[in-house]
Amino acid sequence: MITSVLVANRGEIARRVLRSCRDAGLDGVAVFSDPDADAPHVREADAAVRLPGAAPADTYLRADLLVQAALAAGADAVHPGYGFLSENAGFARAVLDAGLVWIGPPPEAIAAMGSKTGAKRIMAGAGVPVLGAVDPAAATEADLPLLVKAAAGGGGRGMRVVRDLAALDGELAAARAEAASAFGDGEVFCEPYVETGRHVEVQLMADAHGTVWAVGDRDCSVQRRHQKVVEEAPAPGIPDAVREALHEAARTAARAIGYTGAGTAEFLLAPDGRFFFLEMNTRLQVEHPVTECTTGLDLVALQLRVAEGAALPPAPPATRGHAIEARLYAEDPAADWQPQAGPLHLLELPGTTARFRTPAGEECGLRLDSGVEDGDTVTVHYDPMLAKAVAWAPTRAEAARRLAAALARARIHGPATNRDLLVRVLRHPAFLAGDVHTAFLRQHHADTVARQAPDKDAEALAALAAALADAAGRRAAAPVLGGLPAGWRNVPSAPQAKRYRTADAEHEVRYRHTRDGLLAEGHPGVRLVSAAPGRVVLEAGGVRRAFAVARYGDTVHVDGPLGAVVLTAVGRFPDPAAQTAPGSLLAPMPGTVVRTAVAEGDAVRAGQTVLWLEAMKMEHRVTAPADGTVAELRVRPGQQVEPGALLAVVREAAPAGGGASAEGP
Amino acid sequence: MTVLASSLDPGSPDFAANRDAMLAKLAELDAEHAKAVGGGGPKYVERHRRRGKLLARERIELLLDPDSPFLELSPLAAWGSEYPVGAALVTGIGVVEGTECVITANDPTVRGGASNPWTLRKALRANEIALRNRLPLVNLVESGGADLPSQKEVFIPGGALFRDLTRLSAAGIPTVSVVFGNSTAGGAYVPGMSDHVVMVKDRSKVFLGGPPLVRMATGEEADDESLGGADMHARVSGLADHLAVDEPDALRLARRVVARLRWDKRGPAPAAGVEPPKYDPEELLGVVPGDLKTPFDPREVVARVVDGSDFDEFKPLYGTSLATGWASVHGYPVGILANAQGVLFSAEAQKATQFIQLANQRDIPLLFLHNTTGYMVGREYEQGGIIKHGAMMINAVSNSHVPHISVLMGASYGAGHYGMCGRAYDPRFLFAWPSAKAAVMGPQQLAGVLSIVARQSAAAKGRPYDEDADAAVRAMVEQQIEAESLPVFLSGRLYDDGVIDPRDTRTVLGLCLSAVHSAPVEGARGYGVYRM
Repeated sequence: MITSVLVANRGEIARRVLRSCRDAGLDGVAVFSDPDADAPHVREADAAVRLPGAAPADTYLRADLLVQAALAAGADAVHPGYGFLSENAGFARAVLDAGLVWIGPPPEAIAAMGSKTGAKRIMAGAGVPVLGAVDPAAATEADLPLLVKAAAGGGGRGMRVVRDLAALDGELAAARAEAASAFGDGEVFCEPYVETGRHVEVQLMADAHGTVWAVGDRDCSVQRRHQKVVEEAPAPGIPDAVREALHEAARTAARAIGYTGAGTAEFLLAPDGRFFFLEMNTRLQVEHPVTECTTGLDLVALQLRVAEGAALPPAPPATRGHAIEARLYAEDPAADWQPQAGPLHLLELPGTTARFRTPAGEECGLRLDSGVEDGDTVTVHYDPMLAKAVAWAPTRAEAARRLAAALARARIHGPATNRDLLVRVLRHPAFLAGDVHTAFLRQHHADTVARQAPDKDAEALAALAAALADAAGRRAAAPVLGGLPAGWRNVPSAPQAKRYRTADAEHEVRYRHTRDGLLAEGHPGVRLVSAAPGRVVLEAGGVRRAFAVARYGDTVHVDGPLGAVVLTAVGRFPDPAAQTAPGSLLAPMPGTVVRTAVAEGDAVRAGQTVLWLEAMKMEHRVTAPADGTVAELRVRPGQQVEPGALLAVVREAAPAGGGASAEGP
Repeated sequence: MTVLASSLDPGSPDFAANRDAMLAKLAELDAEHAKAVGGGGPKYVERHRRRGKLLARERIELLLDPDSPFLELSPLAAWGSEYPVGAALVTGIGVVEGTECVITANDPTVRGGASNPWTLRKALRANEIALRNRLPLVNLVESGGADLPSQKEVFIPGGALFRDLTRLSAAGIPTVSVVFGNSTAGGAYVPGMSDHVVMVKDRSKVFLGGPPLVRMATGEEADDESLGGADMHARVSGLADHLAVDEPDALRLARRVVARLRWDKRGPAPAAGVEPPKYDPEELLGVVPGDLKTPFDPREVVARVVDGSDFDEFKPLYGTSLATGWASVHGYPVGILANAQGVLFSAEAQKATQFIQLANQRDIPLLFLHNTTGYMVGREYEQGGIIKHGAMMINAVSNSHVPHISVLMGASYGAGHYGMCGRAYDPRFLFAWPSAKAAVMGPQQLAGVLSIVARQSAAAKGRPYDEDADAAVRAMVEQQIEAESLPVFLSGRLYDDGVIDPRDTRTVLGLCLSAVHSAPVEGARGYGVYRM
């Protein structure tokens, strides 16, 4: 019998596992890296053990430290979550060798599926359809496009699409390097790339007594860079015969390797209905909640029971209704998906009915599995996923509508997120028609990924609400004369003026409270119903709308029925200290300085690399804006930098030929 | 709580007529205020802007805390004179970094911001308000100095400006000068006498003598910058404490100076949980009759001004021509004296005297709401001692130490103006409604008195009296006195601190009461001899 489970993970999955442990009456032990010392999963655990350092390689990927932690905290079982060491057979063996229970499949099954090339061989032998590997050396134009994949690992890392034979060698090398750095294994292989194939997977649950369940299926086709963004259960629009064949293939795959516990068989479903085994994930999936929402099962609870040797009932419960999950990431889809970091002040999805669980018997609802709580900081060290939002309902259309509405109305005060992208996907006609495939985002790029032109009127109204909320806040906090009317003048000469910036515009709000009500320039007919520091009610064109306003430093979030608007309050006085010298190179995103290419005093040419910055496994070059001299170099390799940090200053060389400027008097 | 009952009927024809008359006067007032705001007119405003400079009121707006109120004082100064309305100076009370300050700003669009006699009076009044109420003073300076054609009116009394600055400083009241442009000759002593000085790079010019004068005096060749530039004063002479890169930066620095004053108010804080009046202040438009001969009940005004319309009347059955009682405005307690029937009799004067003494014993500020035609005349009243009783009231008012605020709603004639704390009795603030009139007596009465005197003089000399000429003279006198009794005229001569919209009375009083509480609020414990 298990009494205490160490969760060898972090974030939302650690919280999810801890929740099931609590429900089962088991103690939960957390581990934490230094940046995670105050993370929610640590706060919620019964005990927690520090993993010194920040980098995954020093912390959550250290099998030895994790086993030690389990022993130190008196845990008798280890749950690996997903990612990190969850599919590492060596770790599973180390856990077992330490006399602990491994909540997962046997190490042999993990090892068998660990190499995608090896797994394909086994599956082909068991009669499961697979895509034949293509020998890169023998590849011809006819084989294009090709997909280069890392044999180990997943999550899209080391994966590249090749459409041009000339690029193949380069992409192979790059994929090898990426795979080696991410998984410690540089083996890659090629297979045909199915352009508009669908990613369909089958949830498996097997016990040690020979019962293998196929617990429904999921569609995870909407992906960006081979990472899933929107997932749903069941996979829509699949003929019963195909669905049954998929389930059967999955069960066959599990049996072929003596699988136990929870796992997932992933298939590529071609438009013509043929499907191919891609890989088997020998762990819980990120998107497992959609299966839980359509079956009522608690998959983690089942994992715990199977690990204790319990037998599953002969058949899984039938699925009912439809569930859709959206992954909310701290990233900017329109800026090359750059990860965002910083404090998360507020994450609130209206209508949330459950957290980390699916209430039994409710035929619709909204579940939020979040790795962060209000006030936590999103760091650059780990995956930027903030939360998973799952809506379930009797039909797919209802679930999509509910999830889209919850995300659209969510109050997310913190780093930029992919929220708008998720809403646009969930409301896209092609998505609603069930026309999903792995190229969905690429094909509908303009409708979904690209930055949408903001609704200027909605922005302007949000800026007005922000200004009026600010006024109400100032009046409430005023040490003197707080009870007098805001901005009162016996001899009016100018309205109150406040400026706010959005990503691509500046809004100047000019307003005055008169005896006859609000007078706001550019907003004729807008009436102020009420203003409080956090809530402003405006009536425009006869329609009354409430705006929730929250301010953190200079950042103002205005959430209302016209959408969420993020504004930067522009001070009345330019801060002389904040003025950057011309030629200043600022960090475009949070990251780590990998190396510098120049020293102070060096002459540089325009476009020459000054230094490299690594963020989320990608190296970004920071280059000289013009010919000149490196006047200052403020950073050294290994240094962490926040966005906007001053990296270096390049003083522009005087233009040849001199000559006074032609500026008039 | 004693909530006042109101018998005002906003649906009545009288109310409508009163309201129309008041709105017409307010429209005229707005037009006069607009002249002050317009400064030196579009041409000079445009030129000023082209130089990249902010207007006087724009400077004040940037200095003030966002969304805070600002009470402009004496906006009609110089009205009716040969100088532009506003007198090339903006003054007022506003909040800077949570601190109430008196703020003055020269308007350089009006003849270079030069000081004429009315500019001087307005500036001195602002200084007096700062001193009496213990309010930090912030001067936003840009002035060409004295208006030379009127130097005879400005030069000698003008020395008081610099005297006031250092007396404020000696009294522990901070003075801040922000120099935006010229502040030369005598003007150089404004930064010179201030506790804190901010200058603007390439803009401030502060010297006793400019290049031509220096060359005339000593033959030395020197330029503006080396004689009095901001950079020089910040680095060499030390006259500037802070060097701003531009005008907004100067105002930012001034705000930081005020933030660091750690200014605390010495009077008691207002009560929390203030209730607005139970009656709509909008109805104040219909209270005062167009013809001041018709009396009105000042309790209708009190009911629309004080917190919760809550008024505890003192001696309501005695001396009923003057209402007295206790209330609060924006949380500050006040004792109110309000004329109810115009005339002050002996009983009213005695009641007022007692009431004023009570307020002094309790340290409660007094609010005088004027609508009086003066003390009663006639045999019966003279014999009843009306002079003694009026003198008692004037004695009480004169020697009272609690802050007084006067509001002229209607008439303020004769010694009644004195007894009700007219301008000469140093109320901390005095405002007039557009309906107000102040004079030694009503225009008709004055013309009539002149006529009677002339008629008696003619009779004594045995000359026939020219009735036609008498009628013409009476009409002319009446017209002249009427014009000179009007609030804009009196405001132009600095006899009040501004003409206000009746609907703003509560806000103005709240702001003024808060201002007076920056200084200690203490009543008089001793009095002059009362003639009994």
